[in-house]
Amino acid sequence: MKPKSISAATRPRVGKWLVTGPPLAYLLLFFAIPSLIMVLASFRTPGEFGGLAPLFEEGRLDLNLDSYVRFFSESIYAQIFAKSVWYALATTLFCLALAYPLAALIAKSGRRYRDLLLLLVILPFWSNFLIRVYAWMIIFGPNAALARTVNGVLAWFGHEPVPLLFSSFAVLVCLVYVHLPFMVLPLYANLEKHDQALLDAAQDLGANAWQRFWRITFPLSLPGVYAGAALVFIPALGIFAIPDILGGPEDSLIGNVIKQQFLETRDWPFGSVLSIVLTIAALFLAGLAACVARGNLGTPSSVKAARA
Amino acid sequence: MALLEIQNVTRRFGDFTAVDNVSIGIEAGEFFTLLGPSGCGKTTLLRMIAGFDLPDGGRVLLNGEDLAGRPPERRPMRMVFQSYALFPHMTVEGNVAFPLQMAKTPAAEIGAKIAAALEDVRLQGFGKRYPHELSGGQKQRVALGRALVTHPAVLLLDEPLAALDAKLREEMQIELINLQKEVGITFVYVTHDQTEALALSHRIAVMNKGRVEQLDAPSKIYGFPRTRFVADFIGQCNLFSGPVAASGNGLVTVDVPALGPVRVATDSKLAPGRPATIALRPEKIRIEATAPADTPDNHYRGTVADLLYMGDVTVYRVATPGGMRVEALLANSQSGRAKFFEVGDAVEMSWSVEAGHFIEE
Repeated sequence: MKPKSISAATRPRVGKWLVTGPPLAYLLLFFAIPSLIMVLASFRTPGEFGGLAPLFEEGRLDLNLDSYVRFFSESIYAQIFAKSVWYALATTLFCLALAYPLAALIAKSGRRYRDLLLLLVILPFWSNFLIRVYAWMIIFGPNAALARTVNGVLAWFGHEPVPLLFSSFAVLVCLVYVHLPFMVLPLYANLEKHDQALLDAAQDLGANAWQRFWRITFPLSLPGVYAGAALVFIPALGIFAIPDILGGPEDSLIGNVIKQQFLETRDWPFGSVLSIVLTIAALFLAGLAACVARGNLGTPSSVKAARA
Repeated sequence: MALLEIQNVTRRFGDFTAVDNVSIGIEAGEFFTLLGPSGCGKTTLLRMIAGFDLPDGGRVLLNGEDLAGRPPERRPMRMVFQSYALFPHMTVEGNVAFPLQMAKTPAAEIGAKIAAALEDVRLQGFGKRYPHELSGGQKQRVALGRALVTHPAVLLLDEPLAALDAKLREEMQIELINLQKEVGITFVYVTHDQTEALALSHRIAVMNKGRVEQLDAPSKIYGFPRTRFVADFIGQCNLFSGPVAASGNGLVTVDVPALGPVRVATDSKLAPGRPATIALRPEKIRIEATAPADTPDNHYRGTVADLLYMGDVTVYRVATPGGMRVEALLANSQSGRAKFFEVGDAVEMSWSVEAGHFIEE
């Protein structure tokens, strides 16, 4: 009796490890350990020709706070951080404004059109990210129809022509374009589950269309809004390819500076410091959003119970 | 003129006529029920009264005013939904305050009105709870309080008790009757549950296939069903059909195959040979072990084919020599025994001419 009960207790445990073990090992090997290496690198000295100086120099451990001191003493880095946060925030808000009506339309449309519309939302993923960004170079190019039209209108008002390419405008438009599906999908997943009876009840109780949206639909969609905002804001905060390709010298974001530290300036410790600060900033802002979400909607489990 | 007038209302969905030329007048202060099986058009009719659906023909009038141009939010009626439709992100107070806020009630008055509404539905002290923290019956009460807080002219209820268990449903039925008396608001109640309709209503409209089959007080609906459908749908009923054998002197004899001639008191003067039905409730049948001492109007022999022991009563299905099954109900009133008869017992059934109800076809 006893051996049998032991094997019965251990078998599911072995099975659990077989299932959860590989992803855990993967995360440990390729995320946790490299992150720790990066934290260690941030306290080391840059090597003379890039890379890192030896950890043990003349028999003593070479760890210092020089890179951190540099980050906090030169205000340019804080400014770039602020600018990155600003771009990511603007991207999130524009995505929300564009994605909400789109997600609502998809959620309200019939089964047949719904799948087609969802397919159209994820269709851009089928072509390479960089190719799509380079395509914007052509769209914004000085000889393209867009620039000619804009500058034609400006000339009509007696304004100097403006370059569209290599501007913060181009960077922002492309940031919104690239991240839009990440806002649409969680919003759609949320709005699709809304109970029509609640809107009927609100209407019956005297609410007009705007009041029904603002008092019922929007508050109930907040979990979707927060999920979408996190999926847009965090990647947008660290992006470097879009400002690299479409932005001017003024549009360098924190992602670009980090890339520059590793590949051009070859100051690995300072690049590590910037990466760590970026990670902490993203975690802090995500935590803040989670707190706001909880304050609005009670505990997450209670929201789920309310939906059930 | 009635408070709520439904005049020749018709609603079609493609080829299907959900509501077929229905006319009903509902009086102020009335507890009115639309009763029928699913798909009979009762909910469609209720949604047209509320304004969620518009009739293809006919009119809905409130106090003589045609409501056609008014969307639901501008009709002085409130609806209680089957799923309660409480707003999950608002507390009980928030839910009850919602219609007041929509009506632009001054903030100073809202608190007192919420308190009064929660008292009406016996939910004092639950104001700060969220809907998911309430039981089914409590949710139901919040939905009622929310609908009544603005004192609408009419309250529309769409199967509001369907989601509750049997015991709670009975409790809520009594509360609904008391609440309706207390607030004096006209209730229009939709249900497929005939016992609920009989227990609650002042008047019932029995609907079938989009039409009103009978509109009457509950006792009339139960005791004097006008059509075969009503007799069959409301409660248990034996339906004896056959040609009329003789009529006159307030008495009709129907020749029922497999049973024999059945006599029933009626003013009908249907000519012999015409088809007719006699509806007879199981509880109106006398069932005894020996032949009755008096000479009853109708008297048949049979054997108990099967029975349903329900605790307080037993339903016996008696097979006649002709092969008909007659349902008879007997209270288990004899002391010392659980029930009177067992399967296979020979029994004598009898009933008076007044027990049955004659339905022309």
